[in-house]
Amino acid sequence: MSSSPLLSISTFVFALAAFFYMAALIFKKPRLTLPARWTVVAAVVATTAGLLLRWVESYQMGIGHAPLSNLYESLVFFAWTAGVIYLYVEFKYKNALIGAFVTPIAFLAMAYASMSPNISDRIQPLVPALKSNWLIAHVATCFFGYAAFAIAFGLSIMYLIKARKPDRIEGIIGHLPKLDVLDELTHRMVLFGFLFLTGGIITGAVWANSAWGSYWSWDPKETWSLITWFVYATLLHARLMRGWEGKQIAYLSILGFSAVLFTYFGVNLLPGLHSYGKV
Amino acid sequence: MKNANPLWKFFCSVKLTIVLLLSLAITSIIGTVIPQNESPDAYLHAYGAFRYQLLSTLGIFDMYHSWWFQGLLLLLTINIVVCSIDRLSGSWKLIFTRSPKVRPERFTKRSDARTLTDKRGAEELVSVYEPIVARRYGYCKVTRSNDGAVIYGEKGRLSRLGVYIVHLSVILLLIGGLAGSFFGFEGYVNIAEGEATDTIRIRDTGQIHRLDFQIRCDDFSLTLYETGAPKEYRSALTILEGGQAVKQKDIIVNDPLRYRGINIFQSSYGKLQPEKMPGPETPVAGPAEAYTLNFTSRASGMSYTVSAKVGVPVDIPEGLGKFVVMAYEAETTFRGMDVGAALKGILTPKEGEPVEVLLPLKFANFDKMRGGDVMIAIANQPQEKFTPQQSSEDRYYTGLQVTNDPGVWLVYTGFILMIAGCFVAFYLSHQQVCIVIEQLRKNSRVTFAGTTNRNKLAMKNTVEKIFTALTES
Repeated sequence: MSSSPLLSISTFVFALAAFFYMAALIFKKPRLTLPARWTVVAAVVATTAGLLLRWVESYQMGIGHAPLSNLYESLVFFAWTAGVIYLYVEFKYKNALIGAFVTPIAFLAMAYASMSPNISDRIQPLVPALKSNWLIAHVATCFFGYAAFAIAFGLSIMYLIKARKPDRIEGIIGHLPKLDVLDELTHRMVLFGFLFLTGGIITGAVWANSAWGSYWSWDPKETWSLITWFVYATLLHARLMRGWEGKQIAYLSILGFSAVLFTYFGVNLLPGLHSYGKV
Repeated sequence: MKNANPLWKFFCSVKLTIVLLLSLAITSIIGTVIPQNESPDAYLHAYGAFRYQLLSTLGIFDMYHSWWFQGLLLLLTINIVVCSIDRLSGSWKLIFTRSPKVRPERFTKRSDARTLTDKRGAEELVSVYEPIVARRYGYCKVTRSNDGAVIYGEKGRLSRLGVYIVHLSVILLLIGGLAGSFFGFEGYVNIAEGEATDTIRIRDTGQIHRLDFQIRCDDFSLTLYETGAPKEYRSALTILEGGQAVKQKDIIVNDPLRYRGINIFQSSYGKLQPEKMPGPETPVAGPAEAYTLNFTSRASGMSYTVSAKVGVPVDIPEGLGKFVVMAYEAETTFRGMDVGAALKGILTPKEGEPVEVLLPLKFANFDKMRGGDVMIAIANQPQEKFTPQQSSEDRYYTGLQVTNDPGVWLVYTGFILMIAGCFVAFYLSHQQVCIVIEQLRKNSRVTFAGTTNRNKLAMKNTVEKIFTALTES
């Protein structure tokens, strides 16, 4: 099997996982989270295989490079990292319903990658600027950061829903994790994301310095990643030094993730050096 | 906050940090929406005179170097420095003490302190408990008194420095950036294949900068993928000092040449402008209403002279088709070569598609190259022989980015410290535990509690584990 149908299959497996989690939440059937978890595992395995196969295929085509070089590949990789980090969180914090807010994000990324008519899933050769060992380090760190921020975003949405009626024990709201757990988890995810975003910006700067002779040139993508960094730095200082928590942090985390989305997609509408991120 | 100075107080505030970080985030957006450092003409065209004046005064067209943006960065720097000094001076003793002071009541008064009673005496309990604490905590101290003992353990005290390392790294980045912009340069130069130069142009100001050595471009090559997308830009460069080649390297986009602190990067390329045809200038007649043309049939070798008015088709003898003179042009080029004034016409052969024909006034044999059934030439002109220069290979120039940044090592040090500092600040914590043993008449009462400066959830589990170990021992 080639990578392309495999990745299409994993899109549907992510959809199935999202469906299980949503069903568990909406119909109050916690038992459904068990098949949901194994479906996420299956989706991650299929995506891993798809990405590795794509890597191999690119070598067979004589233009070998890591599958991290254009919008399609980055979206698939994003879904993969979100799946991996989510599985870790579920394993560590034993709370499955978070999946109802995370797996849909992973599914949307995969679906957007495979179904948007503007995104080509062809394996393309690398342009000269991308031929560097920094490609993997830069893209991988950035996307681990993005995925952690996406999960923090999902948790923040859950927090805001839960915070409307925190004491209710029945219904969907009653099934959501407790507020302090959501708050703590959001914080953990933001810390992880911030560390990796910092790493992503730094590897990008070092790479830029070795390719263009300047580690920082205020190109829109660079600037937007810095804006994202500023927003999350604000969140961390507000929480650790000013004692912000709960809703305030949830709103900042949502603001931060919108900056992430703009860094990822919106910047392509602006002129700049990162044009290979375009479709 | 020992210092009551209001300025110190102002810069000591984390509120200020939050305001500055958000201001930087919001203002940074401007420069991604309005293109930076373009020509004044482009801005005038896009914004009109009034708005151009206004935005230009505010420095919006180079906003990341404007006084107000740099001012925000300066404020943030002072904020970071003052906050760090203030907090570090408060916790310095706590971090760097050799034997930390233990105040058992700090632990026993905690609401989450756990207690148990044990029949064994205090001394016996110390010998059992001490290894449990010592195994987990690098620093373990037992203090004995008449009515019992205190076992204190801690680890990760230095992790409190993580946040200061991150702050220091930010300062290093800013200093490194400043050093680069004051003592370094960022320039560019285009060098034709086979040529050498030692002068470059500075990117922002356009000033000429002279290097201590010459750069020669021996060769430029561009390779394409089958799809036509660029695969590699490669320049073979030689560094010359006093005419002597001292270094040679092929550079590609991600692999620059570094020589004496100066970095040379592959940045662009281009084709050289077509050169003028060599040869004496011959006077050329200007535009006229009608021209006398010679038609030579390839089949018969016969030559016919026909007068043709501009725009009026004439029949070519031997039934070879029609020809119409369309226009006179004073400057024309042919395959990148300047061939001077020429007539442009359209030849419609008896069979086949019409073709456009170029007839340079000074070259009588020019149309022979076309290899058609009929050769057309303009009669009554001073004529030269046309010898096409076979431009078998285009000549290229390579576009190089030439930079020198003495601040880069500071920036890289900042990068390493920032990653390391973030990791320490986020994932390591200063954990302290304390076991207070009180010798009662028949048994001992044990109070146990732990505290941490970070990740309280994980600490709760640790305390639980240790307490279980204590009860089971």
